[in-house]
Amino acid sequence: MSTNPQAPQAPPHDPSSNKQNPEKLFHTSANHITRNLHHRSIIQKALGGYYLKRDEQKARFSSWQNARTAAASIKYEAINHLDHYLVQFADKIEANGAKVFWASDGSEALQYILAVARQNNVRRIIKSKTMTGEEIHLSQTLANEGYEVVESDLGEFIVQLRQEPPYHIVFPAMHLTRGEISSLFQQKLGSPPSNEPEELTMIARAALRQKYLQADMGISGANFAIAETGMISITENEGNARLSVGLPPIHVVILGIEKIVPRLQDLALLLPMLATAGAGQHLTGYNTLISGPRKTNEPDGPEQMHVILLDNRRTTLLADAEQRDALHCIRCGACLNVCPIFKNIGGHSYGTTYQGPIGSVITPHLRDLQTWKHLSAASSLCGACSETCPVKIDLHHHLLHNRRNAYHLKPNPLEKILWFAFNLFMQSPFLYNLAAPLNRLFTPFFSLLRKTPLDPIRNWTKTRDFPQPPPKSFKELWRQRKKNPPSFQS
Amino acid sequence: MQISLFVPCFIDQFFPDAALSIVKILEKLGHEVHYPEGQTCCGQPPFNSGYWQEAKGAALHTIRQFRDSEFIVSPSGSCGAMLRVFYPELFAGTKYEAEARQLAPRVWEFSTFLVHKLGVTDLGASFPCRATFHDGCHGLRELGIKQAPRTLLKHVRGLQLIEMSEAETCCGFGGTFAVKFPHISTAMGEVKCASILETSADCVISNDASCLMQIQGILHRMGKLIPCLHIAQVLSKF
Repeated sequence: MSTNPQAPQAPPHDPSSNKQNPEKLFHTSANHITRNLHHRSIIQKALGGYYLKRDEQKARFSSWQNARTAAASIKYEAINHLDHYLVQFADKIEANGAKVFWASDGSEALQYILAVARQNNVRRIIKSKTMTGEEIHLSQTLANEGYEVVESDLGEFIVQLRQEPPYHIVFPAMHLTRGEISSLFQQKLGSPPSNEPEELTMIARAALRQKYLQADMGISGANFAIAETGMISITENEGNARLSVGLPPIHVVILGIEKIVPRLQDLALLLPMLATAGAGQHLTGYNTLISGPRKTNEPDGPEQMHVILLDNRRTTLLADAEQRDALHCIRCGACLNVCPIFKNIGGHSYGTTYQGPIGSVITPHLRDLQTWKHLSAASSLCGACSETCPVKIDLHHHLLHNRRNAYHLKPNPLEKILWFAFNLFMQSPFLYNLAAPLNRLFTPFFSLLRKTPLDPIRNWTKTRDFPQPPPKSFKELWRQRKKNPPSFQS
Repeated sequence: MQISLFVPCFIDQFFPDAALSIVKILEKLGHEVHYPEGQTCCGQPPFNSGYWQEAKGAALHTIRQFRDSEFIVSPSGSCGAMLRVFYPELFAGTKYEAEARQLAPRVWEFSTFLVHKLGVTDLGASFPCRATFHDGCHGLRELGIKQAPRTLLKHVRGLQLIEMSEAETCCGFGGTFAVKFPHISTAMGEVKCASILETSADCVISNDASCLMQIQGILHRMGKLIPCLHIAQVLSKF
């Protein structure tokens, strides 16, 4: 087993623009990273700390399970009445002076943002973390159009310097050690080496501070959109989002339509749940509610606020009654943190905006089922994701549903024949009973093939021993026992 | 009472001793064990691979094998979950749905059947070893089995149970996943085996033989010849 001391290499920044088959890229990357013991230990260490803190915070709820049920029912209500709550949200926030743009896909959202930027002679843009922005390749598009785009979230800032996509929806730079971050800063920012998280943060802060003041536009995402009051809620730990949206004269917020919650009081439950599940915190350091741009009698705040409500095929998922609950997602990342697949293949192997179980479930809906079905296949269906999900999305069963839907529409001919034959074979006890003697007959022959490419179970035996078949199957032993019942009856 | 034994194909072919141990235990408790000899496979491999249509024949065959059984006991939480949880979903909206729903509540995983149905926690077994227990994911999360096997092991003379870190983390078997994604499956197995070795246990016990095949396969490849046993094999040492 090879140990690669280098940080795992990410796939190219925009996976969708890559001409290679996503399934092949997935296999190549996963095969590579699963052998990287350095990567494995970084992720285990990072998540070990998370598990402890998460459990401490969960214990502060009078009942975490009841809280999950309540949170799921809030999101259920919102998603099942999206038509009502979205309009309510849009009306309220527009009444407060914001402009609302309904974008049916990424391209419409990008065109709108570019138009706002052009009309206002924007040159410099500061961004806080937004996965919805990642989903539509916002930073890259703006940079290609000649705008200076700076990520203000520390983790995002780091991966931007590395020119790679976020590794994790909550912890974008989880895969990097302090040493690696220090080298990166030395190389890109000319800073002195340091192994202290505080010093590294100060280096980034010094680089970012001027950018806030210079920016003509601030872009953020939103964690929740409150229909009742027409507010967006942003939750963070660095204060960067508050500065990104508060200092520049224009605030653009982009959010998926599923971010809606009915009432302001719903945040009393959802904010601590998001902090607990997402980062093992009681509440995050900064929580901001924004209801519109600066009013005439207010001394500060942006002059313009643009709210982009993005569909981008979320309504396709909404139409799927079986998997609609995937729209409950509050992007806490908890399912990634407990997923043994994620922990071993890493966030970049997915080649998607959203990694881990939630990404494997929704990417086939947001993009294309046949191209992304391999993500749903790459799971042992252990169910740790569904168990941990704070809004009770039935994640691992949806992986199974995606498999069923994909092969129902477009079966793999070889597998179809194999399972067809399997099905016939298993309906015949006569044929099934031949399995044990055949197994014994062929085992010596197969043993000769071990460690050769002809071994039919090479995918197992390459890394694992295979059990020797016993002298008799249970069925044979049972029949033998019936003929000669054991004399003891102790 | 009469108890029907559901022996998954996998255990029938590779781990007959686990099923035989259940027969011995149930007979020792004075029950009559009934084994429908026509049984084959529950259909989980095509089902989990997404080929639901190709799972239905085997599933229906299994349902019919146990049509008259009052209690159906399985040595595997995974195949037990297939019958109990997934058959009703597989046949939802078909004319077989009622049969599937009627079967589901009669299916028991072995350790929960002993503790929760029969009320037995001490079988008088003796098996001196330092053991660690691996929770099979389907048993744990589809059927909610956590305490029953531990309660049973606590009463085994000489057995010291040492919990491994992240006992609830998947071993990486996952049925056809293990051969479709061998690298991921192996990495998961290596992580699991590292947790096992950390306990310095001299025996690994689980209530799912498929997990044991994965764990044993990796441990043996590492040269660690630690015995991997189904819980019934341990409980039948009386």
